[in-house]
Amino acid sequence: MASSVLIVGAGIIGAACARALAMAGFDVTVVDRGTVAGGTSSACEGNLLVSDKGPGHELVLAQYATSLWKQTVSDLTEQLGDAFPSVEYDPKGGLVVATTGSGAQALLDFAASQRGAGVDARVIEPDEARRLEPDLGPLAEAAVHYPEDAQVQPAIATEALIASARRFGARVLENTPVLGPVHDSSGVLIGIGSPAGHIRAERILIAAGPWSGEVARMLGAPLPVRPRRGELLVTTRMRHRIFHKVYDADYVGAVGSDDSALQTSSVVESTASGTVLIGSSRQQVGFDSRMRVDALSGIAAKAIRLFPFLADAAVMRSYGGFRPFMPDHLPVIGEDPRMPGLWHATGHEGAGIGLSLATAELIRDLMLGADPAIDAAPFSVGRASLASHLSAAAGDAVASNAAPRDAVA
Amino acid sequence: MNTSRTDVLVIGAGPAGLAAARAARARGASVTMLDSSDQLGGQFWRHLPPERPSANERMLHHGWVKFRELSETVLSDDGCRVIRGAQVWAIEPDSTSAGAAHLAVHVVVGEPDGTGRRRLVLTPDAIVLATGAHDRTLPFPGWDLPGVFTGGAAQALAKGERLAVGQRVVVSGAGPFLLPVAASLANTGSDVVGVYEANRVPALVRGWLPKPWELAGAAGKGTELAGYLAGHLRHRIPYRLGRAVVAAHGTDRVEAVTIAAVTPDWAPIPGTKQRIEVDAVCVSHGFTPRLELAIAAGCELTAERFVQVDDSQHTNVHGVFAAGEITGIGGVDLALAEGQIAGHAAAGGLAADTEVRSAVRRRRTFRGFARRIEAAHGIRDGWPAMLTDDTIVCRCEEVSYGTLCRATDATGSRSLRALKLSTRAGLGICQGRICGRTIEALLADRVGDAGLTDGVSTDRRPIAAPIRLGELADPAHPDPASQHPVPLKGPK
Amino acid sequence: MTSRILPFQNDPIKPTAPAPVTITVDGVPATGAMGQSLAGVILASGTLRFRRTSVHGAPRGVFCGIGVCYDCLVEVNGQRDVRACQRRARDGDAVVTQHDELPAAPAGDAA
Repeated sequence: MASSVLIVGAGIIGAACARALAMAGFDVTVVDRGTVAGGTSSACEGNLLVSDKGPGHELVLAQYATSLWKQTVSDLTEQLGDAFPSVEYDPKGGLVVATTGSGAQALLDFAASQRGAGVDARVIEPDEARRLEPDLGPLAEAAVHYPEDAQVQPAIATEALIASARRFGARVLENTPVLGPVHDSSGVLIGIGSPAGHIRAERILIAAGPWSGEVARMLGAPLPVRPRRGELLVTTRMRHRIFHKVYDADYVGAVGSDDSALQTSSVVESTASGTVLIGSSRQQVGFDSRMRVDALSGIAAKAIRLFPFLADAAVMRSYGGFRPFMPDHLPVIGEDPRMPGLWHATGHEGAGIGLSLATAELIRDLMLGADPAIDAAPFSVGRASLASHLSAAAGDAVASNAAPRDAVA
Repeated sequence: MNTSRTDVLVIGAGPAGLAAARAARARGASVTMLDSSDQLGGQFWRHLPPERPSANERMLHHGWVKFRELSETVLSDDGCRVIRGAQVWAIEPDSTSAGAAHLAVHVVVGEPDGTGRRRLVLTPDAIVLATGAHDRTLPFPGWDLPGVFTGGAAQALAKGERLAVGQRVVVSGAGPFLLPVAASLANTGSDVVGVYEANRVPALVRGWLPKPWELAGAAGKGTELAGYLAGHLRHRIPYRLGRAVVAAHGTDRVEAVTIAAVTPDWAPIPGTKQRIEVDAVCVSHGFTPRLELAIAAGCELTAERFVQVDDSQHTNVHGVFAAGEITGIGGVDLALAEGQIAGHAAAGGLAADTEVRSAVRRRRTFRGFARRIEAAHGIRDGWPAMLTDDTIVCRCEEVSYGTLCRATDATGSRSLRALKLSTRAGLGICQGRICGRTIEALLADRVGDAGLTDGVSTDRRPIAAPIRLGELADPAHPDPASQHPVPLKGPK
Repeated sequence: MTSRILPFQNDPIKPTAPAPVTITVDGVPATGAMGQSLAGVILASGTLRFRRTSVHGAPRGVFCGIGVCYDCLVEVNGQRDVRACQRRARDGDAVVTQHDELPAAPAGDAA
């Protein structure tokens, strides 16, 4: 009998894990309190980036992910057929532009460090940048071209991974929230309670993105995942004028920041439908989903610095989502030493779409007891950089009187 | 708390908004009224521009005298500031705002779809939302051809420009609005070949007959409809029940339509098709309320998806009132009554006050009338039988019915949000204003018994109207006339 | 035949003679009555097709007439995405019909 895994969350991380595990022969059930791709995965850009990551463990994970995307998209297309919507995979490359003198030096130093870590980070002259992006404004002081950056339509990618997982036997239960843990008589976690009754599994994997903290706390293993709000703008369709993912160099700083105040940096790119997607703000406001005009104004101003012609472009929509923010800026991937049988795949902040495939491979290999392609230890729950945050999260859980409670058997 | 006059903001200068502005002024409030148009009157009283004065313009309008009286009252009143060409593009909760409604209303003022329009932020004590409605038009093969218009387009061009959209025109759809559309076309020089109302006599009788005494109080409404019917007789326009335009034909423009008899459910009946040469088609299947600002303000909706209001037209949001078609499709008389009550209440009055006693009575009468119109003319479930695999359902993104069905089947998704993203239906520049309700209905039908389960609505549009990136990047100007100036907020 | 303005002499509402307004549409002059929308002037000049769509290249023109459907978008004096039904025509307005092609499918898009 196949070993059973219950995955909590049908976003892209849960979807990728479901597919990888089902393909490896696990008996997979995915539950989501809403629908597939109903949270962060349908409220983000769909970035597959190496450009925003400095040397370190997250970059290694991103490089691993980059190596997986092209083949996976090809496999999904073959498996799901023409009737399935395109995941719009586009390895268009990134162009990071510094618009100030001090920013230029920081960017060049950052790119040099990335090159040392194996990233294809090509410093180009501003004129060359304008050849790649003819509408780039006059403020470009320095530019780095990252040919490895790519893009997918994140909601469709999630749907495709879930559809594929189903074909390998995974079950997907939508509108099925986790109500609490189910333990055996010796106190070992053996399943979850849900409105449909108990769902038992040998392993439970939390892949609930920014809501992972809530689920982990409910199951008795608090995790310091917090939501960070990001908002984006979408213009009306226009002639194709932006050819890469183009960022201002501030992006790098904002992603790594702990600051809870509003920050904006510009990420500008065309989509397959001819619109231009402009991101993004980062702000810690809990799960408050209201649109914030000041955040949008900030995004708009920075986008115009990169591409002055955008000043006349019409914005027709904004959307925002919550990113699963980790205090030490690394995702959590692996079994929870505090609670055997409980696993995590969460905390990818703004990089979950790109990192999903690599995360899924790690989870699969760890569950199989095989050696993963990259070292999984830096992402473990037990890593040193997370220790103090874990105990703080545990303290919060007690303080908020949300101690774990067994679902009624 | 301010002890001065209440700052009331009225959004929309149609019948409900005008009535609200006047009532709020009558109770001593300071009023600002916004409309995206450069004219007052809304869609109902769309009229000729000042450059084209006409001696008998009232012939084109129901209630023209009322309109003149209302617009002259608000325009001649120093306590009522009217800002035309004012497009509200966002409303955001603002707990720090000095206005008692604690909402920031973001506006751009200038020519429609201009660049460099002036940004303004208003923080009133109370808001009356009177944003109205627009035609709901169901898709059918060929409805995207030039020469197919909504009934509202025919009306606006006839009344606002004296332009007939075609020489030989059919009017099709459902509801009493088809009659004034035909009348406008006829008095602008079109040959109206026929008016085709999809509902049949039994449905009309069921809708109209249960409480005939309610009609007595709605005498004005009866007169309005009687006038249109008399006009039809004068112009000898055939009015056919249980029939519908089920396809439009042509390559670069509409050249002909197919009319068919339809079942009580609106499914075309085989063997009844008839082809008619036309150069224009006007279609309207009812109205969709313009809800984006109400939703942005946090207003709850009814099960029928109108803004929920109490006896004072107060929504669930403190300081936010709603009147007119966004609370239920009821026509001009109901809009005027609701607007008057809303304006009065927004300025601190009560629905029980003697000043609005007559308005409360009229509201009761015309709400009954509106219910019966809906019962008689409402959209029936069989209409998707008109669609073919390649019928465009989302006009902006050119998503066909077949694409929608195949994506739903392939993904197995039951999420409206995910299906919109998978197909791009409803993601184009109209932001689902035309196709939203249609897409919801078709997808719900396709996914089967469980329906769509993500609770998402196509009515939510946080950016309520397109704004240029350059305008968005500019700092907003606080309202110079406000009693509650707001600090400048710009990009960081 | 097509859309047309009711000649003022025949109009039962007894209008005064309208002053003319002249615009160009893709360089071709079109004259209407002062105060008309761009959409009205273009329609009355005999043009129903305002633009071609991005996916199928299909013709589109005025549909809702009240600013809701965005099907009548035109470029006016260099400003894109202007709803012709919402903008009043001014003498000399240069209207250019819009056609926005979709980006070419990326070479690497296997899906």
